[in-house]
Amino acid sequence: MTRKQKRLAVIAGGLAILGLAAGLVLFALRDSIVFFYTPSEISEKNVLPGTRLRLGGLVEEGSISKAGGTTVSFVVTDTIKTLNVSYTGQLPDLFREGQGVVAEGVLDASGVFIADTVLAKHDENYMPKDLADKLKEKGVWQDGKGAGP
Amino acid sequence: MIAEIGHFALILALAVAAYQTLVPLMGAARGNRQMIASAVPATLIQLVLVYVAFAALTHAYLISDFSVQNVFENSHSAKPLLYKISGVWGNHEGSMLLWVFILASFGGAVAIFGENLPPTLRARVLAVQGSIGFAFLLFIVVASNPFARLNPVPIEGNGLNPVLQDPALAFHPPFLYAGYVGLSVAFSFAIAALIDGKVDAAWARWVRPWTLAAWMFLTIGISMGSWWAYYELGWGGWWFWDPVENASFMPWLVATALLHSAIVVEKRNALKVWTVLLSILAFSLSLLGTFLVRSGVLTSVHAFAVDPARGVFILAILCFFIGGALTLFAWRAPTLKAGGFFSPISREGGLVLNNLFLCAACASVLIGTLYPLALEIVTGEKISVGPPYFNLTFGPIMLPLLLLVPIGSQLSWKRADLFAALQRLWAAAALAIGLGVLVLIATERGPWLAPFGMALGAWLIFGSLADLANRIALFSAPLPTSLSRLAGLPRSSLGMTSAHAGLGLMIIGIIAITLWKVEHIVAMKPGERADIGHYTVQFVAETPLTGENYTGRAGQFRILRGDSEIATVVSEKREFKPMGTPTTEVGLYQTLAGDVYVVMGDRTADGARVVRLYFNPLVSLIWLGALIMFFGGALSLTDRRYRVGAPKRKLTPAGVPAE
Repeated sequence: MTRKQKRLAVIAGGLAILGLAAGLVLFALRDSIVFFYTPSEISEKNVLPGTRLRLGGLVEEGSISKAGGTTVSFVVTDTIKTLNVSYTGQLPDLFREGQGVVAEGVLDASGVFIADTVLAKHDENYMPKDLADKLKEKGVWQDGKGAGP
Repeated sequence: MIAEIGHFALILALAVAAYQTLVPLMGAARGNRQMIASAVPATLIQLVLVYVAFAALTHAYLISDFSVQNVFENSHSAKPLLYKISGVWGNHEGSMLLWVFILASFGGAVAIFGENLPPTLRARVLAVQGSIGFAFLLFIVVASNPFARLNPVPIEGNGLNPVLQDPALAFHPPFLYAGYVGLSVAFSFAIAALIDGKVDAAWARWVRPWTLAAWMFLTIGISMGSWWAYYELGWGGWWFWDPVENASFMPWLVATALLHSAIVVEKRNALKVWTVLLSILAFSLSLLGTFLVRSGVLTSVHAFAVDPARGVFILAILCFFIGGALTLFAWRAPTLKAGGFFSPISREGGLVLNNLFLCAACASVLIGTLYPLALEIVTGEKISVGPPYFNLTFGPIMLPLLLLVPIGSQLSWKRADLFAALQRLWAAAALAIGLGVLVLIATERGPWLAPFGMALGAWLIFGSLADLANRIALFSAPLPTSLSRLAGLPRSSLGMTSAHAGLGLMIIGIIAITLWKVEHIVAMKPGERADIGHYTVQFVAETPLTGENYTGRAGQFRILRGDSEIATVVSEKREFKPMGTPTTEVGLYQTLAGDVYVVMGDRTADGARVVRLYFNPLVSLIWLGALIMFFGGALSLTDRRYRVGAPKRKLTPAGVPAE
């Protein structure tokens, strides 16, 4: 092979790898991203049961019920709409009534959100940013003041 | 008073950094020897001043001086000594000071150990280091002063976030920063070379040890963070593809590529332009990481800053250095002479492939990390890109690279015989395939990734050992000859062997925990038992708990194998003073074969505890592998040629044994 051919071989190999990477990225971005919604948005957007999504809101006061065993159910609210959530497993240390929560999972056919991951805020002053933004849009939460009403 | 001295030292350091940037650069341009020589003392003075500032802040933490706002917000007099010290960098202002502290240390190291560098090159390198120091010192002095005072003086501080009060996490930031900032040296060398218009083997020989050191620190820093997440967060996972983790992983990937491409520059005088570009990219990703983590764009335990002005400031620094460096690159790179020439199947060709795969993998991580931010800015839609994305993109890109690692290190420079290289690896291939078949039989109808992944890990380990055996003619020469050859091997070659073998161990650990993790959530009352993996866990009792700065409940768990007790572990629920912040401590029984991981959760309605049990097979291999990679790097760093050969610019690369 001449010098030029060898260089071309290296460049072609490089382009092939980059093409492979770009293809994978595009494919994965279409299929494996998860949207973040509040209860109101879920009812507005008619989310189909079985779609994986993240639900954000506040844990409604008095709504946590431990059915026995390791399953917990609670209600997530953005103070406009609410959604029932069922979760099997351990709740995070900072999970409390009246506090912010983000749950990831799917809606089942009866409209209950089956969560497989539940995240709570990281410390006393911290609200997940996605959630704070959403709640600010709805006018129910302000910086530094915590959740309304 | 001491806080004011610290503040004053920072301002002086800023002024000295300005001098350190401008004067040596002008001197190098004009050939003024005195101006060139001033780079070294300026660097050292800046170093001393930054050290004084750092010592002043540490002092304020040690004596719990709550008149300093930073100490008040992040410390507490009842905190253990270790966390008083780590509190210095456990917050935004202090962590930026640590950044500058490490930057100044690397600058000082180049000034002291770079005696053999051509004076002009050294002056330019130190000037670029100075300019980075100037930007970050300016940021600290203007927008992020750690020495601000409070009046009236509070009696007690707010305390450090309890999840950060952990030994591994106390040292995670310094190591990670040493990695991030260490890459600034490669960056400075690249900029100096672009100004100089000259990249040669000697240049690569100076750049490589600095990159290697930075890479080692990054490796240790990232694995400490992952180890912490594993046993502190209580989710049984070790890597979450969290944007913050990605922020540190991307520089690591590019630094790994840079390590390999610098070898080509050193040995064959080829790939020069590419290596300069990689040096720029590696540090750019470090800056990007600092920006992502410290600006508050992402939310996590790392995002201290809430002030958007700070984010904008760091973004400006980022744009200036990345934009400036790439512009300089576009302008000056064509002047660098193309060097050595090689056929596609050769050691060089293998290293080019390594670089392409690593950069493609890094790009996939970058896109996954930035896409949600970009989408939110453009459409307002909030999404999260999680593990499924990275498993689909990063995994398939890395697999071929890992397969090629043992082959690549068998190829000779310039033109190689692929068949002969494969022949030398037949034993390693046989062992790896053998292990794969065993796994296939044992995990009947399991996922295909299990036998394949195990075989891949074994291929890396045995491939490295085969390389070593070939090199010392083990089995083909008498044993004493082999041993004396082993003693005579260059340390860099041993380093490579260990690093690649460590990578293999890590792959085995990753595949094992990903595919064979057993998770079990049960409600347990004292006395009850539950099975996990080959073990049985018995909840013994729950007792009250008092620590230095927390109270809580401790759950005792007995680990049994069959009916015989082998260990007792404790999982705790703690409440930290002063805020009552709750945390959970994992009960961990570790063996090389796997960890039993016990997390005590909330009480159920009928008084039992929700307990989460995991059996994580072979998971320790992940960190053991990382540790071996680190030592491989250290071994390579002590190689003779960096101590003896480095200084001479005229040294010809020919005749150096293949690595």
